[in-house]
Amino acid sequence: MLKYLPFALKNSIRNRRRTLLTLLSVGVSLFLLATLLSLYFAFYHRDETPEQALRLIVRHRVSLTFAMPEFYGTRIAQLPGVRMVCRQNWFGGTYMDRKPEHNFPRFSVDADKIFDITPEWKVPAGERQAFERERTAAAVGRSIADRLGFRLGQKITLQGDIFPGNHEFTLRAIFEGPDDGQMLIRRDYLEETLPLRRRGMVGFFSVMADSAPSVPRVAAAIDEVFRNSPQQTKTESERAFNLSFVSFFGDVKLILFSISGAVTFTILLVSATTMAMSVRERIQEVGVLKTLGFTSGKVLALLVSEAIVIALAGGILGTLLAKLVILKLSQMPMFFIQGMQMPPAVVGITLGAALLIGVASSILPALSAARRPITEALRHAG
Amino acid sequence: MRVPLSYNLRNLLVRKTTTAMTALGIALTVAVMLGILGMLAGLEHSFQTTGHPRHLLVFRRGATSELSSAITPENVQVLRGKGGMETAGGEAMISPELVTTLNLGVQGSDQTTNVNVRGLSPMGIRMRAESVKLVEGRWFERGQRELVAGQGAAATYRDVAVGKPLLVGSAQFTIVGIFSGGQTAFNGEIWGENHQLSTDAGRGSSYSSVLIRAADQASARGLIQAVADDQRLTLEATPEINYYLRQTESGQPLRYLGIFVAIVMAVGSVFAAMNTMYAAVARRAREIGVLRVLGFSRASILFSFVVESLLLALFGGGLACLLALPFNGVAGRMGNSVTFSQALFEFRITPQMLAAGVAFAAVMGAFGGLLPARVAARQDPMTALREL
Repeated sequence: MLKYLPFALKNSIRNRRRTLLTLLSVGVSLFLLATLLSLYFAFYHRDETPEQALRLIVRHRVSLTFAMPEFYGTRIAQLPGVRMVCRQNWFGGTYMDRKPEHNFPRFSVDADKIFDITPEWKVPAGERQAFERERTAAAVGRSIADRLGFRLGQKITLQGDIFPGNHEFTLRAIFEGPDDGQMLIRRDYLEETLPLRRRGMVGFFSVMADSAPSVPRVAAAIDEVFRNSPQQTKTESERAFNLSFVSFFGDVKLILFSISGAVTFTILLVSATTMAMSVRERIQEVGVLKTLGFTSGKVLALLVSEAIVIALAGGILGTLLAKLVILKLSQMPMFFIQGMQMPPAVVGITLGAALLIGVASSILPALSAARRPITEALRHAG
Repeated sequence: MRVPLSYNLRNLLVRKTTTAMTALGIALTVAVMLGILGMLAGLEHSFQTTGHPRHLLVFRRGATSELSSAITPENVQVLRGKGGMETAGGEAMISPELVTTLNLGVQGSDQTTNVNVRGLSPMGIRMRAESVKLVEGRWFERGQRELVAGQGAAATYRDVAVGKPLLVGSAQFTIVGIFSGGQTAFNGEIWGENHQLSTDAGRGSSYSSVLIRAADQASARGLIQAVADDQRLTLEATPEINYYLRQTESGQPLRYLGIFVAIVMAVGSVFAAMNTMYAAVARRAREIGVLRVLGFSRASILFSFVVESLLLALFGGGLACLLALPFNGVAGRMGNSVTFSQALFEFRITPQMLAAGVAFAAVMGAFGGLLPARVAARQDPMTALREL
């Protein structure tokens, strides 16, 4: 089969303009498909780090806007299978103005726990100590620090909303790792700024289990403990918790899938049209090939493999383009998008789609050409 | 002299399959664009129709949404003392409200999502009487753990129907009615009495926001100033309309995605249209020669082929309109980045949008047709005639 590849290649550059246009058209569309699929994977199939697989999030059963009393944390820590509990609150607030680049997530956390429970965030030991010592200290992720030019020792002022007033923090630590696009401040400091009646409430608990097998058991046990309390809880894996934010964006899955479907179908149409054109032009040649002794099957294979060569070339072009765009996208300060990659599965699907398009678009015209009797084919006029 | 339009039309019809496939490619491109535009338009329409021109929304200073704001009953009393409010039945039109979210399951999926819950007084309902009507059951009663859900919420979320229980904070509430909020943002909310919700949501006696109806535009401006100047209050008042308009920013990511997809698909379709047109030119080389010999100028040949490409694209554009129209009125939901809950809306396919879609198709057709048409026009008639 491979010995005919040069033939297919030569044929495909015969009408250079058409081949180029088809290749570009397929390439551009497959680029879109690869990008959309990578987005889908970034949203729904993030790789779970081994540390993340051990973590659970406990929130109020009604919704994240409801807080739970602090003693829940102590209670959870006593359950078998629980290694560590870190209390967290959504801080909200405004940094400088409402511009999107200044709008990064901010959490108040237990300073001595957060880097133990999130070991994938790397932070220099000295900086970590500074963060744990000083009550108005803040820590930010590397991606934010780079983007906004934050330096250690710098003052960061946040205007609070849920926690009213102006809060000034000193940047003491910069951590680096997956999903590090956030700012951390200290819970104990924030508590003191609150009136007495508002103190002692926790937005959600990050819980680390001692081993993977105990994760589901711990989750069930936590919800069971608080089943009859005024504030019931909902415990889910950190991954499921993150997925609920995707669901918040709306029907992302539906949007991505319907666009991808439309794109794939469009390329199929486009390349089918071109292939039909190029085969039709060549019916006479098919007659010649057959006279030389090529069987119908061989002729069919030749024509189809030419289409596959073009489609695959388009697929490779599209994948490379998508790779470039995703590299740029992954630097954008957006949750889920930041650090996104093109998974091998997407490369596989895209090239698979290219192969399929090559076959599906050429099989019908090629069949009709290959089946034509020699004499009729030879007589055929362009 | 111009080449007659019917020449192009007939030529397109002769090559039925090629024409149909190229047009369908363009149609899908335009249809995807129209779908995304329709979604954005629905979302924007929902926010634009929410709010009354003389309504002011009072937040704690610095708060960006009802959810992150808190106002004490004492502050509400101070606000009541300010003049310039419209009255209804001798009562000032002012409504202290509590806003929180519930995590509810989405119908027909295993996902859960946040839904806005609003606690308000009978005055609050009255202030929205133009957009909100009870359609089933009854309104909640004072001091009762009762809720009334918007029609959109009832249609979108699981277990939101008259008679069903719902957990808010630590207490069980019952849904006693359904209201229609039309296209406004309220249609996706669930309402209850403010004091009862505030207690059960563990907010003590505080509210999230205060809605005020000013007597006229001048007193609205006066009230905004008065709230800002009052040293006892750390509050700020903004026109309700502005608050909802700001929420249209939630559609921004979708807008970027839409632009990106539309441009990339359009580039792909232009290449495809070019291919079709080059083929058309190549197949008709002799025909073009004949036309030239008959006295048609280069310019008219160029024009004719561009027109043919435009016609091809317009078929696609028209088809796209037919594909997109059934989406008009379809329910959609999207995350609202301001309220941290779901915005419900209906797709809106407007005539302007369809016109824009057809224009977009025409642009693709023009780009796709120009280069092949130039090739056609530049052909030497003698060589063209001699060709087989």
